[in-house]
Amino acid sequence: MERPRLIREDGLRHDGRKYDELRPVRITVGALNKASGSALVEYGGTKVLAAVYGPREIPQKHLLLPDRAIIRCRYHMLSFSTHERKSPALTRREVELSKVIREALEPVVMSETFPRTAIDIFIEVINADGGTRTAAVTAASLALADAGVPMRDLVVGVAVGKIDGVLLLDVDELEDMFGEADMPVAVAPSLGLITLLQLNGVLTREEFDAALKLALKGAAQIYEKSREALRDKYMKVRVEE
Amino acid sequence: MESQEARRVLVVPGEAFAEGDYKVLTPSYVVKVNKKYVAAVVGLAQINNETKEIAVIPLEGCYVPQPEDLVVGYVVDLGLTSWELDIRAPFTATLYAVDFLGRPVNPAKEDLSRYLAVGDTVLAKVEVFDRNRGPVVTTKGKGLGKVTRGTIVEISPVKVARVIGRKGSMHQLLEGETGCEVLVARNGRILINCPNKELEDVLVMAILKIEREAHIPGLTDRVKEFIIREKVKRGLIGGEAKAD
Repeated sequence: MERPRLIREDGLRHDGRKYDELRPVRITVGALNKASGSALVEYGGTKVLAAVYGPREIPQKHLLLPDRAIIRCRYHMLSFSTHERKSPALTRREVELSKVIREALEPVVMSETFPRTAIDIFIEVINADGGTRTAAVTAASLALADAGVPMRDLVVGVAVGKIDGVLLLDVDELEDMFGEADMPVAVAPSLGLITLLQLNGVLTREEFDAALKLALKGAAQIYEKSREALRDKYMKVRVEE
Repeated sequence: MESQEARRVLVVPGEAFAEGDYKVLTPSYVVKVNKKYVAAVVGLAQINNETKEIAVIPLEGCYVPQPEDLVVGYVVDLGLTSWELDIRAPFTATLYAVDFLGRPVNPAKEDLSRYLAVGDTVLAKVEVFDRNRGPVVTTKGKGLGKVTRGTIVEISPVKVARVIGRKGSMHQLLEGETGCEVLVARNGRILINCPNKELEDVLVMAILKIEREAHIPGLTDRVKEFIIREKVKRGLIGGEAKAD
């Protein structure tokens, strides 16, 4: 594939966004009936569904901890979520992302409330268009909140990329593919915690500082939308007349 | 009552809703971060500035057993001298045969499935529950034991308080208006015994309405109206007269 022009002459990005503009974020809390909690999160073309089961007892007693709940997380991309069919088996990348997403959530979940239990998080990427891990973190934290698992804060994810020397917020697949750097960040804004920080590519120190600032700005916007979506589940309940 | 409900705010995890020194009535659902009280769950925060008390009533979540709680459990497994009950908590509860039968059992001679088989329903009380052991329930007490008749309505365990109401007001309303026997177990299973199918339908609809609209003020009056309307619709009472 030939490298397309990612920053247009008018200074906007290939999809018409400004450098610090997010893709349209859509969030539905409680998208599933059978799960204890669930959330569907869309960042532009990226669509991620997360479901939480538990806290519950599990047959694998050797995994359980006496003082807190364990969190198990599975990040998985559906075979039709990409351009070319993806084998449904978990790849090395998915196993790693499952781990980093779990670790991004562990600092906020009050797992000590439910000792000797397991909280299972299942994340399915329905459509992948860049930033699936960050959307997955947001979806998983909302699904946990929807399940009623006590948490110190919500966690939201957003990525910053560098393309043609310019830092761009919330990079999509095309920008990610031809960009020089990609930095996914997960933040618990109220607590002021950064629970996930990865960097693929090269940034100078100054660029890194600017990129982090940009990510925090984007995260604050997504955080506000997440809180709204959680409230919406109840605000939309109307009294039947 | 209305003014009390009006001071409730819908909060989400991470949301600070009070600052200063308060007594936290629901410590599992509130975290204190730099003098601010932060909600840990989606729920209704109550702030009482007179008594300096705050609480967050969760709108989602599983049942957390407390000693003395009345629960409805389903038998899911049987051991040699005990049964395992599903009480919708993160852990299964244990019911000892000694407790249920009131005498020691000899596993070599007796098969526990003679008394309670997998799938049976038991009305029990939580005896002990601590962090080291799963909950233990007992059937010693009036009305406790195997459930043989009635219908069970399942609602979210966090909304049980609304079905009971302040000082049992909602519970009295449900029983009074429908003439059914309503037993509200803390784990969100409601055992009902009704004189006929129509009244049962009305009651079930009313309970589900309470669950759905638990967070909207003025619930008791709405439910009362709802029951009367449904009864009129089914011809159980006349248009204007109210069956009291």
